Amino acid sequence: MSLGSNTLEPPSVVVEAALAASRTLGCVVIVEETSEAEVRFANNTTTTNGVRYSRRVTVISFAEVEGGVAAGVAARAGLIDVKELVRAAESLAQSTTASKDASDLLTGSAARDFELAPVLTDLSVLGSVLDDLSGVFTRAQKAETMLSGFAVHSVLSTYLGTSGGIRRRHVKPTGSFQLVGRRDGGARSAWTGVASLDFSDVKVASIEEHLFQRLEWAKKSIQLDAGRYETLLPPSAVADLMSYLYNASVGKEAEDGKSVFSGPNGGTRVGERLCELPFELRSDPAEVPMECENFLVAGSSDARVSVFDNGMALERTKWITDGTLNQLQYHRAGARQSGVSFAGPIDNLTLELPGAAKTLPDLVATTERGLLLTCLWYIRTVDPMTLLLTGLTRDGVYLIEDGQIKGAVNNFRFNESPVDLLARVSEAGQTERTRGRESGDGRNRTAMPALRIPDFNMSSVSPAS
Amino acid sequence: MTIDVGSIDPAIVARVRTAALEEAQRLGVSNASVRIEEIRSQIVALRDGLLETAIDDTQLGVGLSVVYGGSSGFAATFDFSTDAIIKMARQAVDAAKLVTPARRGMFELADEPSHGEVQWSSSFVTDPTSVPLSDKVELLADWSRRLMTSSGVSHVSARVLAVSELKHYADLSGTVASQRRVRMHPVLEAVALESAGNDVETMRTVAPPVGRGWEYLLGHGWDWQSELAILPELLTEKLRGPSVKPGRYDLVIDPTNLWLTIHESIGHATELDRALGFEAAYAGTSFATPEKLGTLKYGSPVMHVTGDRIVEHGLASIAIDDEGVAAQQFDLVRDGILVGYQLDRSIAARAGYPRSNGCAFADSPMHVPMQRMANISLQPAPGEGPTTAELIAGVEHGIYIVGDKSWSIDMQRYNFQFTGQRFFRIEKGQLAGQVRDVAYQATTTDFWGSMEAVGGRSTYLLGGAFNCGKGQPGQVAPVSHGTPSALVRNVNVLNTRAEAGR
Repeated sequence: MSLGSNTLEPPSVVVEAALAASRTLGCVVIVEETSEAEVRFANNTTTTNGVRYSRRVTVISFAEVEGGVAAGVAARAGLIDVKELVRAAESLAQSTTASKDASDLLTGSAARDFELAPVLTDLSVLGSVLDDLSGVFTRAQKAETMLSGFAVHSVLSTYLGTSGGIRRRHVKPTGSFQLVGRRDGGARSAWTGVASLDFSDVKVASIEEHLFQRLEWAKKSIQLDAGRYETLLPPSAVADLMSYLYNASVGKEAEDGKSVFSGPNGGTRVGERLCELPFELRSDPAEVPMECENFLVAGSSDARVSVFDNGMALERTKWITDGTLNQLQYHRAGARQSGVSFAGPIDNLTLELPGAAKTLPDLVATTERGLLLTCLWYIRTVDPMTLLLTGLTRDGVYLIEDGQIKGAVNNFRFNESPVDLLARVSEAGQTERTRGRESGDGRNRTAMPALRIPDFNMSSVSPAS
Repeated sequence: MTIDVGSIDPAIVARVRTAALEEAQRLGVSNASVRIEEIRSQIVALRDGLLETAIDDTQLGVGLSVVYGGSSGFAATFDFSTDAIIKMARQAVDAAKLVTPARRGMFELADEPSHGEVQWSSSFVTDPTSVPLSDKVELLADWSRRLMTSSGVSHVSARVLAVSELKHYADLSGTVASQRRVRMHPVLEAVALESAGNDVETMRTVAPPVGRGWEYLLGHGWDWQSELAILPELLTEKLRGPSVKPGRYDLVIDPTNLWLTIHESIGHATELDRALGFEAAYAGTSFATPEKLGTLKYGSPVMHVTGDRIVEHGLASIAIDDEGVAAQQFDLVRDGILVGYQLDRSIAARAGYPRSNGCAFADSPMHVPMQRMANISLQPAPGEGPTTAELIAGVEHGIYIVGDKSWSIDMQRYNFQFTGQRFFRIEKGQLAGQVRDVAYQATTTDFWGSMEAVGGRSTYLLGGAFNCGKGQPGQVAPVSHGTPSALVRNVNVLNTRAEAGR
């Protein structure tokens, strides 16, 4: 393939060409085609936008070296010379040492859809949202409100081929729409965000209504000091916190003594009851409407995944069941060494309390005195051993008294661990599709309940709004 | 200056550039700029001395920004065929048309003269992406083994990120620039486990990421041998150290920690797009709003902060930015007062500035350029100035903080919390062993207002990061921050174990 040729080979052809060029023990080829369209807006006007079409080809070559098998990874985004890329991966594999995470190469067959073309998107998918926004901006202007936000839709088409005969394709559409309303120079603000597969279910009018209701709540402002408060975490905030917990659930790191899931003497906490309520935390490639890749795609190895496992089937996995830590993430080599089962990362996450049916308004209605949060922001790990996280509340903290919203409270910096929080939850609502405001860029597919925490640690007041 | 022009045939660069700009002009744009970029990134990671990951990644693509009918539009593709470039130009113009009904006010760019043909390279000896993998592994394995054979060290991770970035930029003013930048971020971290395995501490090297080549690991710009020699001992001392008693302390903050506080509480707060609300939905806004320009007391009178895109080895340094603006240096805080902002061309035009100060950057050909951080630096004391030891000598009861770790700051850049790698108690002007579990929490203007003294030139270090995030879709930018050591009085220190309810 030469740069600037007029024909673009389909991904399946690129996969076959790379596999045919392979001269070593084995080879994995991943082609990821991304098509994306987005519009930003701020201060009641559209600002930047973009449409892009990109292709990334990753070649993983396996070579016999002294003492075992080594892997080399070479990746190129853009038009590429396939043979040159395979040679680069082979050269890396041949010049390194045996991989600690080596496993037998997987064998398999071709999925029927493998040769289908990638699916593309463009700005037209955002057309109806953009049509609505013009009116929304006009109304906001009259209400002395500044709206900002972002609408984005992308489609990732993944093609995986291995020298063991595996040929898989997955098409994953992902979208989100966010709207922030600010009044009085930002002194009062509200946020709402939704995830969508194709924007057909994004109802701008109801999002606008929700936002303006919250701005009305904020007409009365209340100052509160730092301290521990009964707090209702909405599903979006729970998604951000559980995302950290999921990222930390790596078996090898726990065995190394480096994580909140480390047990004594090089063990882990698997089997330990983490919380009294019988929560289930799971990932499932078939979970509707959060379907995702049901085979492993790994462009590099680390403590969690191995490039040797590309093509492994991913199945419904319960990380926590009945409140007990059930499974940590392991690649095949790590699982063998530790005598546990393989569990690869899956691109969705669901937290559920069986039988919980209350909505967030139901939880508000039964709150004597407490805080209702909108979302969390700038969350960072302070101490991996406890998974202590710090971060801020953002765009709306509301005081509830006797089941009613009394007004908006100042923001806080919190210091909390999601593992401790699960143990302290006093009540959970029904699980619903949500998107973490901060983690949602990387993990869009989450379903979470609202949680009631009796003593959430608001470490200090943030003057920010 | 001539530079290595990368793997793309210069004739192809010229064809793509010309096709994109000509089609945009034919479609009636008032402004257009095109970037053809090749970004090579390598990661080498070892765990306990054995190779875990080796990735060699190159991104190649072309992106076109247009202004059409008072709206901006952007499109990008990896397909360099002339047909695809023409399609990209049409998509960019179509995008501008599509957002026009919901646009209020015109999208305009502040003027910038043509800079003609420019070739520029950052300052380096050996492009790190050209160094064979085996050499990299050998060096890191040797260093890992050295740490692992020291008493008290249980695990060692070693990692080097190396990037070589080539940007071909052209716009309708006639500026045609080809620029190469090279950067490195090496990190080694040691883990100590107490014998029963119930307690763990980590410590990593505090060498900053820099705009240098492979020579950085061979001792140009950092004394690796000394740092590796002292790391195990420091780690053991930290593991055995007492947990900090929370309360108010005078802090002497090393440049290896203070750069990040500068980044978060000054760097982002002085971005004018944030201050004007254009990041309100994502990165956030700023307390340092334009009506306070020239009056806001940001900090004490010893505080002088500059922005620049010119400093040698600076991660944000370049000759021509991604909107065709020449690199500059400017004041942000002078004598403790807010005096300036970082700008790109559209924000400069909106706010009535005659010219951008050159802070536009896009992290890939696939992303639209936006205002990103310049190298934001706290200037050292004039003349010789105090040494770090002299700053420590001025503290009765305090903590000397070295290296960065955890960070978080709110969306208006007021309330922040930072931890670090090494925390030394200061008693009566002397270091008195390490403590653990330290976090400092403050409000930006209180913190900088309590800065009693900055160190002299001898304490100055260019720190920085590869991973500064902003924008939607998210973009990641490399940026440097020069800073001396500083003495800050009466800062709130938390115990992170107590915060976790332990």
